Amino acid sequence: MFNNLSILYHQGKQFIPDVTTAKVPGIFHGRPVISMVKVDEIELKELCPVNAISVNPVSIDLGKCTFCGECAMRFPEKISFTTDYKISVNERKSLIVKEGDEKQMTVNPDKVRKELHSLFGRSLKLRQVSAGGDNSCEWELNASNNVQFDLGRFGIEFVASPRHADGIVITGPITENMAEALQICYDATPDPKIIVLVGTDAISGGIFDGSPAIDRSFLDKYPIDLYIPGNPAHPLTIINGLLDLTRKRK
Amino acid sequence: MHYLTIKNNQSVPVSDIPEVSYNAFLVLNTGMVVESPGRHCVNYFGYRDDEKIKLICCIAGDLDHVIYISSCLVDTHMELASFTAKNLCFEKFEREIHENFGLKYSDHPWLKPVRYSHDRFDKSQTMANYPFYSIDSEELHEVGVGPIHAGVIEPGHFRFICNGEQILHLEIQLGYQHRGIEKLILEKKQLNQLATLAENIAGDTAIGHSVAFAHVWESLCGFETSRDIDFTRTVALELERIAIHTGDLSAVCTDIAYQLGSSVFGRLRTPIVNFMQEWCGNRLSKGLIRPGQNKIPFTQDLAKRLSEVLDTFEPDFTEMNKELFNMPSALSRFERTGVVSVEDASAIGAVGMAARASGVTRDIRLSHPHSLYPELNHEPIVKRHGDVYSRVAIRRKEVFQSMKYLRTLIANVPEPSDSTNIKALKSPGAGLLTISLVEGWRGEICHCAITGSNGELKHYKIKDPSFHNWMALALSVRNNEISDFPICNKSFNLSYSGHDL
Ligand code: SF4
Repeated sequence: MFNNLSILYHQGKQFIPDVTTAKVPGIFHGRPVISMVKVDEIELKELCPVNAISVNPVSIDLGKCTFCGECAMRFPEKISFTTDYKISVNERKSLIVKEGDEKQMTVNPDKVRKELHSLFGRSLKLRQVSAGGDNSCEWELNASNNVQFDLGRFGIEFVASPRHADGIVITGPITENMAEALQICYDATPDPKIIVLVGTDAISGGIFDGSPAIDRSFLDKYPIDLYIPGNPAHPLTIINGLLDLTRKRK
Repeated sequence: MHYLTIKNNQSVPVSDIPEVSYNAFLVLNTGMVVESPGRHCVNYFGYRDDEKIKLICCIAGDLDHVIYISSCLVDTHMELASFTAKNLCFEKFEREIHENFGLKYSDHPWLKPVRYSHDRFDKSQTMANYPFYSIDSEELHEVGVGPIHAGVIEPGHFRFICNGEQILHLEIQLGYQHRGIEKLILEKKQLNQLATLAENIAGDTAIGHSVAFAHVWESLCGFETSRDIDFTRTVALELERIAIHTGDLSAVCTDIAYQLGSSVFGRLRTPIVNFMQEWCGNRLSKGLIRPGQNKIPFTQDLAKRLSEVLDTFEPDFTEMNKELFNMPSALSRFERTGVVSVEDASAIGAVGMAARASGVTRDIRLSHPHSLYPELNHEPIVKRHGDVYSRVAIRRKEVFQSMKYLRTLIANVPEPSDSTNIKALKSPGAGLLTISLVEGWRGEICHCAITGSNGELKHYKIKDPSFHNWMALALSVRNNEISDFPICNKSFNLSYSGHDL
């Protein structure tokens, strides 16, 4: 008993009081800012391992980027990564950050389905499906539930059965071997339901894009409600994304 | 001599590896393992060589610190006697060779699919028709779990045969996570792409696999690592071990419904992974390790920060462990649950922490040390009982040991090499074979590469520690209550993606 109290006392307060304004420690690869400085654009484009950089204008597709930081190291005058972790959006095209862009990335309220706020604004149950995920995004989804990030306080939880879920959260590039199970899981989730893609691999295939062992046809069939980029996505990116999507706005 | 003797991370011309008849190959390699418990097979694989299949077997001598390599050329239509019939530790390798190339074995006891790779030999084998072992009995029943599990974890299918609540047999079907990594490594040409692939093999072992890849690449290119590079890798490997072991302690507490332990260990992991982020911008250290460079040097300031982090971590970690390991209700769930005997562990070639928990002293940091490990004089932590308790207790001890190593290391942070002095990586040499062994937090990671006549990668073979240890999990649950399966599973915490590749 006293031991337990002593342990509790030593832990102090762990939870992050405000997940929308918390600061991340040290360096972090959040939303990139691309300056208007002229650099050797071909070299810049070619150094990226996943073809996330385009030229004319120079832009980074955060749906493809693995956040390796290589571009910012080689061209610091052109590209820098801020610690802004709020990079979840609900439109694929909003993941592309162009040179000169300084604005924050947000969920576009006009594109959110009307029923989402009233149905899922206070309680959202999600079924997670890892389809070739390397256990990094899965790991961060679990971390979102620990005592520090405490996703559960917002009424958002991961459930064991798709039948109890309001939507599915996909990680991984979607392997051919997992495609059928993913479809069965989606079909078993009652309507209305949402689809959330977490991590670069899920959003674009990432480094696995083009591999004959993956089958992304599932994604062509349904609208995607939320894209949460990262490799893996940070818990604060995950939590803010889900809150942005489901919370009523003032 | 029928074999070539090399060291960890050494490159040799493929043409120097003796090619022997299949019969001699079989006698040689099974003989080496059977004769001495200090030897085990770290990799055995095949690749296409014109119309034939070239088999390469790598046996590590843990006591003499070398690796014995031999090879053999076989026709695809030949029916071969299996190594497995002589020694079980080869069973998974032969299943893989069979799945990839269709080689037939006359006496392999368990020739089942491994991962359903997209380029497998027999496409009529599909995920849906896995040949599960079954028993025809009125008394017994089967329980199928997965591929999607209750928690947020990777997919795999578990099929139990139970007598009431008691598990008689467990068979594990994997392959759902197969992304074709070994093939992609041959196709992608840019070094940063290869390094990115390596750190995505298993995201929870990003450091372990990317260090193994970096060693392979540097060895092929004839690059000598400087002290600061070795330092970065050693520190990162030990940090990864602390982070994941601590998270695993939280997970086992969750599975015995011990809320305090689950929360406290869960939150204790955060300062460690946040330190990784402070260092390199990523909580799992993706993007930190790159061949031929010390991409993000470890500075004096970071050393100071790390020692602060460890100083605040240690008392809380110690206090929580004291409570957990003195709690009868926790101990009664851990002790004598999920036992893998030392005989079974060595027979199936178990590696890493799980093998050490069963009394098998197998640790690359001691037997084939690389980076700064020779200076640390590593002494593996070994337990005897092979139960959940041993696997949990070994984590606690390894965390303390890793903290000790980190403190020793950061007392002496090497200056980053002068960047103007750094020799650029050359391209890989032609016709070489390299093997790299790294002790990740789960255990032995083995990467093996073969280059073609222009120095291009011709074959790349990855072995995650989970490759063997899944069998250890299947054996551990026999005769246990099915309700103890989750805790047995967590006590191993194996990788699906690392296995499926
Ligand atoms: S940080 Fe992103 S855009 Fe930059 S090189 Fe890496 S993957 Fe490409």
